[in-house]
Amino acid sequence: MTDHKPDVDEHSGTETTGHTGDGIQELNTPLPRWWLFIFFATIVWAVIYMVLMPAIPALPGTGMTNTLGTRGYSDRALVAQELSALNAERSAGASALVSASLSEIENDLSLQQFALAMGESAFGDNCATCHGAGGRGAKGYPMLADDIWLWDGTLDGIETTLLHGIRHTEDPDTRQSAMPAFGRDGLLSDKEIEDLVQYVLSLSGGSKDAAAISRAAPIFAQQCAICHGATGTGNRQIGAPNLTDAEWLYGGEVRDISLTIHNARNSHMPAWQGRLDEATIKALAVYVHSLGGGEK
Amino acid sequence: MSLYEKRNQIYPKLAHGKFRMVKWVVMAITLGIYYVIPWIRWPRGAGIPDQAVLADFEGEKFYFFFFEIWPQEIYFLGGLIILAALALFLVTSVLGRVWCGYTCPQTVWTDLYIWVERAFEGDRAARMRLDLGPMTFNKAWRKAGKHAVWLLIAFVTGGAFILYWHDAPTIARTFFTGEAPLTAYFFAGVLTFTTYMLAGTMREQVCTYLCPWPRIQGALTDEHALNVTYRYDRGEPRGALHKDQGFAGRGDCIDCKQCVQVCPMGIDIRDGAQLECIHCALCIDACDDIMRKVDRPTGLIAYDTDRAVSLRAEGKPTKYKFLRTRTMLYASLIVVISALMLWGYTSKSVYEFNVLKDRSPPFVRLSDGSVRNGYTLKLVNKSTTAQTVNVSVIGLDGAEFEIIGVGTAPHGGTLTLTPEAHGVDRYRMLVTVPPHEASDDDRLIVQLTDIHSGATITAAAPFTTGDR
Repeated sequence: MTDHKPDVDEHSGTETTGHTGDGIQELNTPLPRWWLFIFFATIVWAVIYMVLMPAIPALPGTGMTNTLGTRGYSDRALVAQELSALNAERSAGASALVSASLSEIENDLSLQQFALAMGESAFGDNCATCHGAGGRGAKGYPMLADDIWLWDGTLDGIETTLLHGIRHTEDPDTRQSAMPAFGRDGLLSDKEIEDLVQYVLSLSGGSKDAAAISRAAPIFAQQCAICHGATGTGNRQIGAPNLTDAEWLYGGEVRDISLTIHNARNSHMPAWQGRLDEATIKALAVYVHSLGGGEK
Repeated sequence: MSLYEKRNQIYPKLAHGKFRMVKWVVMAITLGIYYVIPWIRWPRGAGIPDQAVLADFEGEKFYFFFFEIWPQEIYFLGGLIILAALALFLVTSVLGRVWCGYTCPQTVWTDLYIWVERAFEGDRAARMRLDLGPMTFNKAWRKAGKHAVWLLIAFVTGGAFILYWHDAPTIARTFFTGEAPLTAYFFAGVLTFTTYMLAGTMREQVCTYLCPWPRIQGALTDEHALNVTYRYDRGEPRGALHKDQGFAGRGDCIDCKQCVQVCPMGIDIRDGAQLECIHCALCIDACDDIMRKVDRPTGLIAYDTDRAVSLRAEGKPTKYKFLRTRTMLYASLIVVISALMLWGYTSKSVYEFNVLKDRSPPFVRLSDGSVRNGYTLKLVNKSTTAQTVNVSVIGLDGAEFEIIGVGTAPHGGTLTLTPEAHGVDRYRMLVTVPPHEASDDDRLIVQLTDIHSGATITAAAPFTTGDR
């Protein structure tokens, strides 16, 4: 600090800092002092924060990822807390779902709306990975919104599938069946499979190769009809698909069907009992049933 | 030279006069509105809040006497904010910063706080003496009493704020029994703190440093706007008035500095229009007082326009111009927007009805070749009683539809819904069209018919067939 009087700009009457450049003077328009105090306060706050909260990355070899802070704050613990709070908030609605039957849930508007909202979010978290948003399906993963069901499209049937899964070997009540790998295991020759593909295509009007079809007819009757039915309409008891509709889970091209007969498909769905609680599974059953394919 | 400036405490002196009186009255009215309004009841029907003014976040509604705004009508709130802004523009371009000077909460609460300060510590001179003097018992109890009353006012302010967001009698009780929601304590605390800080210790710095309005108003005021103005044409040259000296050959301003002493912003109005001036007009009262004492006409400082003062300085007749392009534009915009909002509000239906198409899957081909699309019907019943409506589908040939949990309707048929009172219902709807009946150009139109009034309301959504 100097004691001589600061220069004052004539035009504005404001003090100058003494800096000039190209004849332009820098005016001194000071910030209010409380602003400076707030700046100091934020520094103090930063130090307090570093003591109280997890803040500084720990050195390698110390076995810690960061300093823990004296308040014991943890994001992970907070998530667990929020989840249990969510469950507590849902408990009234969830216990209503548990005590009602599936058809009661679907026909009571308020229960239905609760189940659909809960089912929608559970579906997004657990099911949409394979079955797609809204149950739109994908190659190898059935669409849930149409009227074609491999096993059972009733409310109770959907719940059973959810609880026990399909070909989920850890669950004794799972839906079970296995199509033989006709080609890989040498049950049919390549030529026979080629003819059989034409026969299967013809069931939904997709092939006109009369010679191949007539060659394959006895093979179908002998090898396939036991599960898929003499006319190829399938059998829901064992999840054997209807071959007479034009829908193909694994694709309807010659190559796709030929691969199916050669290797078999036998896809899996996990059992959700034990992973999801009863209310969530019931909500999911009602949600899937409401997607459009639900059968009475 | 210092980079940071220490605040100079301002000790506004009490003014007497008509503008001071207007300010007391406005303070009483605005504070009255703030503290009383949440207690007014306005019965609306069973199960609906009966508070006249309430922002009901839990029920997702906004109530204002006979107005009731649902979340989907939030544009009304946007309209109100636009109207408030335009009203502020209009007032500023005609009357300058009357908002700042009389009605701004910062001004009202600061005025109230200074009134308390004066009650404990006396007027300007006494307060300055007290602050300069040593700490004595007299100084201690006066300071402590002042801060205690300030904190009480701050708490009552923060407490009244939360009444607008909850049922007032309930929250006023649960707040003290510890059962109120955490947000209520939080916001009461925040408002207590900010009231105490802004009105007690920061005061004029809020207007000078924090508030954007003094900057914006520079664009809204002009030489035709009435502002608190020192009439330099009459006042200059100023100078102290000596005994037996007349006013011949000099200005009326006797440089008594009363206008500076009453100013809550600590400025000198004689320097002309400035950012810090909130146009509270207290300097007018102070100056008029002095003018009467020295036997000169009042109004040396008065509401006047820059143009009028400079015209008089040039010896020309004064002219005022309030009907200007900008004032007429603001006024007509206010009229148009008010009319639009009124029309929108009065033509509101009891129902709000939307049909939302499933995004995934976009369509479903059934095994018989027919096509089905899924929709969510969202039906808002704004009336206070349950209603009965018939749903039908028009615009799609051969369309059948199903509402999950309600039933299935054949082509041309109807289903009946009973939307609950004052609520939002969602229904899942599936529409099926026989093979090759529909194309992607067709739209689904869902019609609701109120079975009592016969009134119909429709909503449309696309229908996807997947045909190319």
